[in-house]
Amino acid sequence: MSEITAAGPAIVPVTAAPTVRHFHHAPGEEHEHEPGEATLLGFWIYLMSDALIFATLFATFGVLRQNYAGGPAPRDIFDLSLVALNTGLLLVSSITFGFAMLAMDQAKVRAIQAWLVVTALFGASFVAIELYEFGHLIAEGATPQRSAFLSAFFTLVGTHGAHVTVGLVWIAVMLVQVGQRGLTGENKRRLMCLSLFWHFLDVIWIGVFTFVYLLGMIR
Amino acid sequence: MFDSAFLKTIFGRLTLESFPIHEPILLTTFVVVALLGGGVVAGVTRYKLWGWLWREWFTTVDHKKIGIMYIILGVIMLVRGFADALMMRAQQAMAFGANQGYLNAHHYDQLFTAHGTIMIFFVAIPLIVGLVNFVMPLQIGARDVAFPSLNNLSFWLTVAGALLVMVSLFVGEFARTGWLGYVPVGNLQNSPDTGVDYYLWALEIAGVGTTLSAINMVTTIIKMRAPGMTMMKMPIFCWTALCSNVLAIAIFPALTGAFLMLLLDRYLGTNFFTNDLGGNPMMYWNLVWVWGHPEVYVLVLPVFGIYSEITSTFSGKRLFGYSSMVYATVVITILSYLVWLHHFFTMGSGASVNSFFGIATMVISIPTGAKIFNWLFTMYRGKIRFELPMRWVIAFMLTFTVGGMTGVLLAVPPADFVLHNSLFLVAHFHNVIIGGVVFGLFAGIDYWFPKAFGFKLDRFWGNVHFWGWTIGYWVAWTPIYVVGLMGATRRLRHFDDPAMQPYFIIAAIGAVIILVGIIGFIMSIIVGVIRRDQLRDTTGDPWNGRTLEWSTSSPPPAYNFAFTPVVHELDTWYDMKNRGYERPADGYRAIHMPRNTGAGVIISFLALVMGFGMVWYMWWLGLLAFVAMVAVAIGHSFNRNRDYFIPADEVAGIEAKRNKQLAGAAA
Repeated sequence: MSEITAAGPAIVPVTAAPTVRHFHHAPGEEHEHEPGEATLLGFWIYLMSDALIFATLFATFGVLRQNYAGGPAPRDIFDLSLVALNTGLLLVSSITFGFAMLAMDQAKVRAIQAWLVVTALFGASFVAIELYEFGHLIAEGATPQRSAFLSAFFTLVGTHGAHVTVGLVWIAVMLVQVGQRGLTGENKRRLMCLSLFWHFLDVIWIGVFTFVYLLGMIR
Repeated sequence: MFDSAFLKTIFGRLTLESFPIHEPILLTTFVVVALLGGGVVAGVTRYKLWGWLWREWFTTVDHKKIGIMYIILGVIMLVRGFADALMMRAQQAMAFGANQGYLNAHHYDQLFTAHGTIMIFFVAIPLIVGLVNFVMPLQIGARDVAFPSLNNLSFWLTVAGALLVMVSLFVGEFARTGWLGYVPVGNLQNSPDTGVDYYLWALEIAGVGTTLSAINMVTTIIKMRAPGMTMMKMPIFCWTALCSNVLAIAIFPALTGAFLMLLLDRYLGTNFFTNDLGGNPMMYWNLVWVWGHPEVYVLVLPVFGIYSEITSTFSGKRLFGYSSMVYATVVITILSYLVWLHHFFTMGSGASVNSFFGIATMVISIPTGAKIFNWLFTMYRGKIRFELPMRWVIAFMLTFTVGGMTGVLLAVPPADFVLHNSLFLVAHFHNVIIGGVVFGLFAGIDYWFPKAFGFKLDRFWGNVHFWGWTIGYWVAWTPIYVVGLMGATRRLRHFDDPAMQPYFIIAAIGAVIILVGIIGFIMSIIVGVIRRDQLRDTTGDPWNGRTLEWSTSSPPPAYNFAFTPVVHELDTWYDMKNRGYERPADGYRAIHMPRNTGAGVIISFLALVMGFGMVWYMWWLGLLAFVAMVAVAIGHSFNRNRDYFIPADEVAGIEAKRNKQLAGAAA
């Protein structure tokens, strides 16, 4: 918080004798809270609350993960190579988003748009493969209704997938907004938030891949 | 005419039988509500106020107006929740032996569920959020919150949730599961009707609003404090608001997650909390109480802040032990997260686990006790002025301490096995919530009302308000403690043992005394408005306050402070007054402000429609409203007309008027 203290005019230390103090900014030194100054912090806090939703789903999965109710166990249904491919797609999409942000620092609008499109393609493939996996499981009779384990599995993985879908819509919106207005301060802020969001989903996915798929196969 | 499949597609499970026209009590309520609502709508139309309401209030992003709207919502819902309480008290006072009372079980179960749900989610939370919204930015010397239009959305989402609960009164029914929607009774097979769905959708929508509001408040406190205001120079109310909102961010996701899973159970047939196919109902209990117990601290921490501000102001001393107060608040914030299991010691988690949670619960009483002593020492040798807010503090300390002690008693696992689900428990939490949270909210409203409107509340009716609640609380709840110890369990609409009846009759009398208190509260506002010229405060500082909000005019201008204040001491305004602060007379500059937006109202209305559609299985409506919501949100992100400047001339004009007013007050 030191920067806030430093922003004020000279602060007279408290002494016994009353001293002259400035109780407000003089007109020339008026500082403005620019709109959006706090956006990154606020968005970061939102991500933490979203992480706690995932924590809730993870905890529930942890409690219910062996409640197969006579239905299929992870070993019977998971196709690890497909999931590994999907993990790779999502991780690469984080790298390509990183390139988009590097392009933002160099103010290259075309490059940003190109990298965002590449990221969206990876993200869309991820969602498509996940939907294929879900469809396959349901066709095999491993439906969300079959057992508590499957309910928890579909909900945890599906919530992540829903987030990625939101990210895709957001990328589309940003492509339009960056195209319309270029790199305004507002657009830069939004791209930063979207970048945080995208990487956040990667981190969550690493948790899903490890705890749901890998540990599921070991047991 | 139409075939039934077609009607089902359009109306889902909504049929003519869904309207409870055969229930005379509900029908009467509906007529009364319709007449009152119709009267309000007619009045607003008659005086052509819709445009004004929309521009100045509904779409406002001013934290002060949003705070006031939250408080209005809370007070309206308090009346609804209290009506439920009176009905329950009347039923329990009558229904002994052969007398079955006047409420059937179906209706009574909805009553106690609605009462709890409304009182926590739509009374306590809006009142707290409202006070934080109004006071905190003023106390930290800010012009608004970090995300003003998000603030507007948060408010209207809460309203949408409240409206959905109110709709359930007249279309379909409300849950009969208790205020946390317990499973297995809340599962589809045991509650196939719309009640639990109303409950879940209403609270999911309102919960999103509360979470967004908490994120907003935390960001505001961290980022927007006036220069010089280090964390340890921040008013104690802001500290408690910070901890409360951090806690809210930490717990609401658990509730959202738990409700999401119960919704999936009910709508898609998953097996999270069912009794078969591996479902685990106790997981639901754990999750809702991971939210539920910290939630009482989300409510009570800001209230502790209110008591601290008031004690300090009306004792004319700085708060005793400011830093210990801060540490106590932080410790309570952390500990509150570690005690949820004490709500179901009887689950059977074993002696070690129960001991951990029992001890953690008892440990909370240490920082809380430290706070009580801090307030006592603040009062010690102070020149105490027994104005209305200060009276609430005294009543709180006497009442809350008893509730705290019965709480420590309940934290002992073996004792809890006996008292679990008894009326002793119900008396305990009403003791701490009424004696702690509600008294503190009234204290805060009495204290800051003159800041918001420029005149004090009427003192006579304020006293009726105070004594009605204080006496009423003790008359209503002491007998419930007693019958709880005698073995009466909660949520019963009929008792057999006639020895208990006198206690319930006394409790019902107590509830009527509280009703007098509520009438006193509403009258103190009405009479205050009528007598506003006598009660007017032109100084902006009617109580000789100590924190920054008292340095502005009452009501404060839209921009709060013409110049950003610079903070040197904890009690900033006291310090400024002491050192002969003089208001600047010129040099004003244009002030950058956020612009109003209708997006919050529209998105929240669509959320309400979506909730209603989903409750009644009108899939097309739910989906349509959801898509529309997303479209409006995206559309709003293209809106660039978000801010404006108040011209320097206008600021100068407002400030000159204020200077003149102050000179008049001094003369």
